[in-house]
Amino acid sequence: MRLAVVGAGAVGRSVIELAGEYGHSVTAVADSRSAAVDPEGLDPETVVAEKEREGRVGSSAPEAALDAEYDALIEATPTTLGDAEPGFSHVVGALERDRHVVLANKGPVAERYGELRAAERASAGEIRFEATVGGAIPALSTIEDFGPDHITAARGVLNGTANFILTRMAAEGLDYEHVLAEAQDLGVAEADPSFDVEGTDAALKCVIMANVLSEDREFTLADAEVEGIEGVPGSALELAGEDGRTVRLIGEATREGVRVGPRLVPENGTLAVSGTRNIVQFETTHAGRLNVSGRGAGGPETATAVLSDVGRLG
Amino acid sequence: MSDARAHTVRLELSDEPGELLNALHPIADNGGNLLSIYHERGNLTPRGRIPVEVDLECAPERFSGIVEALREAGINVIQAGEERYAEEVSVILVGPLIETDLSDTLRWFEECANLSVLDLSLSAPEDDRPSARLRLAAEAGGVSDALARVRELADEKGLLAIEPQLDREVEA
Repeated sequence: MRLAVVGAGAVGRSVIELAGEYGHSVTAVADSRSAAVDPEGLDPETVVAEKEREGRVGSSAPEAALDAEYDALIEATPTTLGDAEPGFSHVVGALERDRHVVLANKGPVAERYGELRAAERASAGEIRFEATVGGAIPALSTIEDFGPDHITAARGVLNGTANFILTRMAAEGLDYEHVLAEAQDLGVAEADPSFDVEGTDAALKCVIMANVLSEDREFTLADAEVEGIEGVPGSALELAGEDGRTVRLIGEATREGVRVGPRLVPENGTLAVSGTRNIVQFETTHAGRLNVSGRGAGGPETATAVLSDVGRLG
Repeated sequence: MSDARAHTVRLELSDEPGELLNALHPIADNGGNLLSIYHERGNLTPRGRIPVEVDLECAPERFSGIVEALREAGINVIQAGEERYAEEVSVILVGPLIETDLSDTLRWFEECANLSVLDLSLSAPEDDRPSARLRLAAEAGGVSDALARVRELADEKGLLAIEPQLDREVEA
């Protein structure tokens, strides 16, 4: 397939670099300032080198990518809340051109799911968004394979930054501020970590799963009950440890709603994944519990989910 | 004692000299007649305590007084007669626990029907927010109701409640 990649961050760049290995070509790439377009296929190394050297991918205007020749648009711009722009317009723009869209951007799927599905119905194109939940973990395709009616709940540890902080606090007996600073030094946490530690990121992923599980109800972040980990002191982890338990930021999605918050889990239990590892746990109607664990973030990891989606497009 | 009935109470004792005797006094002092004591030494509860099963005989109207006296003596009553606390659940509360009156918090739980506080561990370091772990006993099927009560209390007192992620596969 011919791919147009919008967004040249870690995920977009990895998609460009790995597309060839999956048998696809990249005919357009855009970042927020520019675009590179070649119907014959761009050279991944040239585009990535240009981005690294010049801070831009090419000399055309960004809109040129949307107008280019491609079969599927890869939307990998940063997640924004509320109107989910400019991601939402990118998706709709491609659907209006009857192209497929694969999203790595959580915003449109979490905040404007109904509109997105309506735009898809009016198009010959299809949308997929496996990469928006749990990086490399096949969370949404598992729901798809089982059928939403056969899954009663999806829950898990869905934010690596929060999980890294809680893991270190429990293991080293350090306080929140200390571990956060360490995570920032290591590049695990952003300079502004609020999106991760306040639970927003995990909540968006759960909202997306709730949307996929529900047929008659649309969820947005506003429907989610969210508590972050900033209020969890070292003393709480200590008390949990004395009881053979630990604390994890757990998000849960059902057809009834979304809840995210710090929870007590058995220290050696399935949900107590450590560091930046993620896990998604499904309660199925006929097959009991299913656990899928793996790397929940990262450029190549998330690009893997994007390219799996591309492979599933009809 | 012609109308006396037999009751069983299940207690949880810490492994210290005199604890068993402490637990038996409230029974005798409140009109209970001890029938048998099964002291399961070497069989620890998940909290590292020793389970003790006591069979006793008393007039029906005296039984609740005996259970109350046991609790007042600081003994964990896991099961009393027919009133069975089938499920246990631990929660951690974080925040101004002492300023908002810890004993009031405990009383709040004790006033909830179908719910009992089995024990409490408090950690209040000088340089960090205090936390308390409460182990609650609920009637069969009452855990989600118990957690709803915990959320209600946390809201009321401005505390963070860290609930257990119910994992029936592990706890069953």
